[in-house]
Amino acid sequence: MAKIETAAITVVTRDGDRRRLEIVRDRTLMELIRDAGMDELLALCGGCCSCATCHVFVDPDFADRLPPITEDETDLLDSSAHRTAASRLSCQLPVSEALAGLVVRIAPED
Amino acid sequence: MGQHYDAIIVGAGHGGAQAAIALRQQGFEGSILMVGRDAEPPYERPPLSKEYLARDKPFERILIRPPHFWGERNVGLKLGAKATAVNPQARRLTLERGEVLSYGTLIWAAGGDPRQLSCPGAGLSGIHTVRDRADVDRIMADLDAGAKEVVVIGGGYIGLEAAAVLTKLGCRVTLLEALPRVLARVAGEALSSFYENEHRAHGVDLRTGAQVVALEGDNGRVSRALLADGTGIAAEMVIVGIGIVPAVGPLLAAGAQGSNGVEVDENCRTTLPNVYAIGDCAAHANAFAQGATIRLESVQNANDMATTAAKAICGAPQPYRATPWFWSNQYDLKLQTVGLHATHDASVMRGDPASRSFSLIYLRQGQVIALDCVNATKDYVQGRKLIEAHARVSPERLADTATPLKELIEP
Repeated sequence: MAKIETAAITVVTRDGDRRRLEIVRDRTLMELIRDAGMDELLALCGGCCSCATCHVFVDPDFADRLPPITEDETDLLDSSAHRTAASRLSCQLPVSEALAGLVVRIAPED
Repeated sequence: MGQHYDAIIVGAGHGGAQAAIALRQQGFEGSILMVGRDAEPPYERPPLSKEYLARDKPFERILIRPPHFWGERNVGLKLGAKATAVNPQARRLTLERGEVLSYGTLIWAAGGDPRQLSCPGAGLSGIHTVRDRADVDRIMADLDAGAKEVVVIGGGYIGLEAAAVLTKLGCRVTLLEALPRVLARVAGEALSSFYENEHRAHGVDLRTGAQVVALEGDNGRVSRALLADGTGIAAEMVIVGIGIVPAVGPLLAAGAQGSNGVEVDENCRTTLPNVYAIGDCAAHANAFAQGATIRLESVQNANDMATTAAKAICGAPQPYRATPWFWSNQYDLKLQTVGLHATHDASVMRGDPASRSFSLIYLRQGQVIALDCVNATKDYVQGRKLIEAHARVSPERLADTATPLKELIEP
C-alpha cells in the first residue's frame, strides 16, 4: 500500500483531541481511523453500509471531493439523532491524497 | 499457580474484543487478559462467508483493531489457547495445556463451535465449516486446487452467503436444506421463498427437504453426498453450515445454570460468582422476544452485551435492552433485520419481491415486532422506530409503500 508522506487527515475525537492520520490509499476513512488505534468508532458492520456506527462530520469544504451520498447511506444516517448537513458514514469514504488537509469529527454516540 | 489478572476474557471474537475495549472506556484500570482459540488477534467474523471468502478483503482489513491496539490499551492476548475448566470458588481458569491462571472477574465470550455432521463420512477431508479464518483458508485452498463442484449443507445465513460467493467464483453449487424451506428458524416463509428463487436464478441447485445420510469419498477425500431418497450428488468440496453448539462446557461443569448456552441475568452475570457471559453463548431473557430466554448469534448482541458486562463490572450497571439487528449480504441483495420475529402471529408484505426491494413486517397481537428488509434501508431505519415504540399499525397501512413507515408512529 502506498503511503504519501506529507498528506494527512485530522480526526477530532468526541473529547476534542486531535489526531493527524497519514493518508493510506485503498482504505476507507473508517479503516484509517480504526487502524490508527482510535476506539470511538464501533463500525459494527465492518464497512458494508449496514449500520450507522461509523458516523463522522466532514468539513463541508471537502464535500465536492467525496463520493456523493447514496440512498442507503442517507437512510442510515437518518437513524442518528445527531445528523447534520456535514454527516457521512466514514466507511463510504475512500481515502486519497485529494483529502489531504481534511478535518473530520467523530459524531456523538447514538 | 499461574499469573493473576483482574479480568480475564475467554474468547477473542466481537464480544471479547468489545469487552476489553469497553472495560477500558469505562475506566477499568486493572490488568486484562484475553484468551482466544484462534491464532490471530480479534477479527470480524461476518466477512468470512462474504468479502474474505470472495477475496474482496484481505485478512488485515477485517481485524477489529490493529494488532498494536491491544498492547496500547494494556490488554494482554493469549492466542491459540483454549480454556478447559473454571473454578469459581478459587477464581481459577485452566487452559488446555494445563496452565492455570487466576482472575478477579471472568468474562466468558467463547461463542460456539460449528455443529458437525454425524453421518457416515463426516470425517473425510474436503468437508469444511465456516467459523474462523483457518476454516475459510482451507476452503480457499481447495478452490485454488480446482474444486468446482460444491455441496453446501444447510440453508441458514452462512450456507446461503457461502453459496452466493462460490457461485460468483464460478463453482457449481448444490445447496441442501433438510427442512422444507431455507432460513426456517430465522425468517418468515415469504423471505425464504424469495431467497430460494434468487439462489436458483443465480444457478444454485437448491433443494429443500433434502436429508444427507452419508458422505462418500475416494482416498479419504469427499466425492459424493448421498441423500435419504437415494440421490447422489458429486462433491469436490462440502461446506457445512448447520448452526453452532454454544461453547459453555467448562461453565456448566463448574455448576453454572444453563443447557443450551449459559444463563445470564440482565447484567450478563452467570449464576457463578464473578463470572459474566456474553454473545452467542449467553442465554438471556430478551424483551424483544416477550421475555423468553434465548440466545442471539449476532455482532449486535455480542457487542452490546460486552458493553453491558463492562458497565456492571465497573460499578455502573445498565440492564441489557438493546434492539436486535442483523444483516446478510448475498449477491446484490442487502438484507437488514431488526427485532425478533419468532413470536409473530401475522406478517405483512410491504412492496413487491419481484422488484427485489421489499420488507416483510412481523406483527404480534397487532404490534410491530420485527422487519426483514431487502434492499430497503429506509424501511429498516424507520421500522426500528415502530418496534421500539411498540406501534400498533393496521396491515393495510404497513403494506402501503406510498406512506413512509415513520409516518405511522402515533405521536
